[in-house]
Amino acid sequence: MYRLLKQIAKVGIVTEAAPAPDASLRAIAQRLDDVVLKHFGRALAIRHVDAGSCNGCELEIHALNSPYYNLEGLGIKFVASPRHADLLLVTGPVARNMEEALRRTYDATPEPKLVVAIGDCGCDGGVFGESYASRGRVANVIPVDVAVPGCPPSPAAILQGILTAVDACRAG
Amino acid sequence: MTPTLPNIVLAPVSGAVPAWRAEADAAHWRAACEHVAQAGGRLAALWASDERARGTGYRVCALLVVHEGLVCLELRVPQDAPVYPDLAALFPAAGRMQRAAFDLVGVRALRPEGDVPDPRPWLRHGAWPEDAFPLRRDFEAAGTFPTELDRYRFVKVEGEGVHEIPVGPVHAGTIEPGHFRFSIVGEKLLRLEERLGYKHKGIEKRFTALSLEDGARLAGRISGDSTVAYAWAYAMALEGITGAQPSARALGLRALLLERERVANHLGDLGYLGNDCALAFGFAQFWRMKEDLLRANQALFGHRYLMDRIVPGGVRCDVDAAGAKRLVGEALRLKDELRAMRSIYYNHAGLQDRCITTGRLTPRNAARLGVVGLAARASGHAMDARAHPGFAPYDRFSPKVASHRNGDVAARIVVRFEEAFESLRLQRVILEQLADGPRQVPLGAAPEGAFGLGWVEGWRGEVIVALEAGADGRTRRCHPHDPSWQNWPALEHAVIGNIVPDFPLINKSFNLSYSGQDL
Repeated sequence: MYRLLKQIAKVGIVTEAAPAPDASLRAIAQRLDDVVLKHFGRALAIRHVDAGSCNGCELEIHALNSPYYNLEGLGIKFVASPRHADLLLVTGPVARNMEEALRRTYDATPEPKLVVAIGDCGCDGGVFGESYASRGRVANVIPVDVAVPGCPPSPAAILQGILTAVDACRAG
Repeated sequence: MTPTLPNIVLAPVSGAVPAWRAEADAAHWRAACEHVAQAGGRLAALWASDERARGTGYRVCALLVVHEGLVCLELRVPQDAPVYPDLAALFPAAGRMQRAAFDLVGVRALRPEGDVPDPRPWLRHGAWPEDAFPLRRDFEAAGTFPTELDRYRFVKVEGEGVHEIPVGPVHAGTIEPGHFRFSIVGEKLLRLEERLGYKHKGIEKRFTALSLEDGARLAGRISGDSTVAYAWAYAMALEGITGAQPSARALGLRALLLERERVANHLGDLGYLGNDCALAFGFAQFWRMKEDLLRANQALFGHRYLMDRIVPGGVRCDVDAAGAKRLVGEALRLKDELRAMRSIYYNHAGLQDRCITTGRLTPRNAARLGVVGLAARASGHAMDARAHPGFAPYDRFSPKVASHRNGDVAARIVVRFEEAFESLRLQRVILEQLADGPRQVPLGAAPEGAFGLGWVEGWRGEVIVALEAGADGRTRRCHPHDPSWQNWPALEHAVIGNIVPDFPLINKSFNLSYSGQDL
């Protein structure tokens, strides 16, 4: 226990400031009214869905949970079920084998809801494109509010996309 | 030294790893595989291709690992009777590969009795019809079909009090999609059956639309967490085809990147393994270390995960004296931090209680199932392609192979710690011995039909790329093989008798790729 506490004290707090929202990431205009956004802006539940990525974007979503980005301090939490979620964070080109599962996950998420597509594949199909096995970009299957490019996008860019979706300005 | 197989004449495959190939008829093909199995060899990969345009029907390739290196045994399968001898009785890992080969090319493995060992589809979930085969050359890559309902028949476990828990494909955490069907009594696991293939996105078909050089970028996105290993294996295969010889500097840099990928993944896994034992402290510490390492990657090499840094012919990055100094400093600092964390993990009663004897893969089962990589090393099989047969530049560094006998979650934690230490040592040695030389050399021509193999020990296990050149620098066939093909079935065995709440911990201790095996 002593060593554990010593390590915590030695490292200290490494958390950095969150990025500001960026309206250029928007795929469509804000759908939610101010009252809803005020609540989402303070307590946002996110459900991640991997619709067919190479798992590169997942690495960065994991990294977003590192102490450098104090997600829960921002009121953002990853939840275990779409039924608990306000926002779906979707990665990958949508594999045809995942199309139905993605639709059902979207349908299971209660209104009002938001969708953020992550990565070049989520934005335009990326290196995999559209084929017999891939439906390409996420917006080909469910409505997308914000799309964050990158292969993979950095944790800060993913956080920026999430904050853009809820129009939250929480720098500092 | 050329391996000897009964009635088979092997021809060398040129490239960076010792490899041979031969064509055989069905009886000799099966007999040679049996010979390898009995001599303690194993199956590295199995794939099929459409050769009707050459008038030779279809082809099934069994890639075997023998003491001397790799042996690719090729079997012609007649167009009018597309069947071949089943290998799953010799190598259980062949089962899913054979099912995938049927889904994609339409060639069936048959047992000597004449029946199909497991007729259920593996990668086909209803996105294309049963009588269409995407890797046949007359199948349009852009073609789409109405989705059929997927009625996969899971094996039912019967008995008093037995019930099922279906999980997935969308999991409860940030995890890739797949389906797990648990048959349980109370909280005890009687059986786990995996259903994968949800991420199938037509990678092998996509390769055939790309030039050999452009394929490198796709290869780096087969399993993002192993992008360095895949990019290197692909480059190795293409360099074998074109006769290109990367400089000693480029090879040193490749090894540096591969070891950085290994450390990054081991740090992340060690963090999550702590987290899954309710030790959130471990997660925070290891992910801080990992983030520092990723940021150094971005600063020095231009990409956090080092994607597209290895290219056919060499590398697309370099390290100057200041960069080398920074990396050596980082390696020394990380070593001290890892030591402190290892001491905390090994002395934490709660964590050890969760991990010791949990999810045990016995050395016998590991051998029988042909398990590879980290999971094999934690179950008593000290195999590592960097050490044996060894490939440049590792032949100069004599990497130490970590291993453990217990095969439980705790053993896989120990192996990760030991490999991370060795990897940090290797990074320092590589940087000290970095020779001068060009970053990239020209590739040279790729004759149509030329064949190359890449074999690289990634952090999870061996990554293999088999590549065949087409006309005008295009790709005729590329089969990338992830170690997860071999190790997923082992997870089904490792969980038996454990409690359901330990499954996430056991699964994480293997940390297998879905994308890499779904292709």
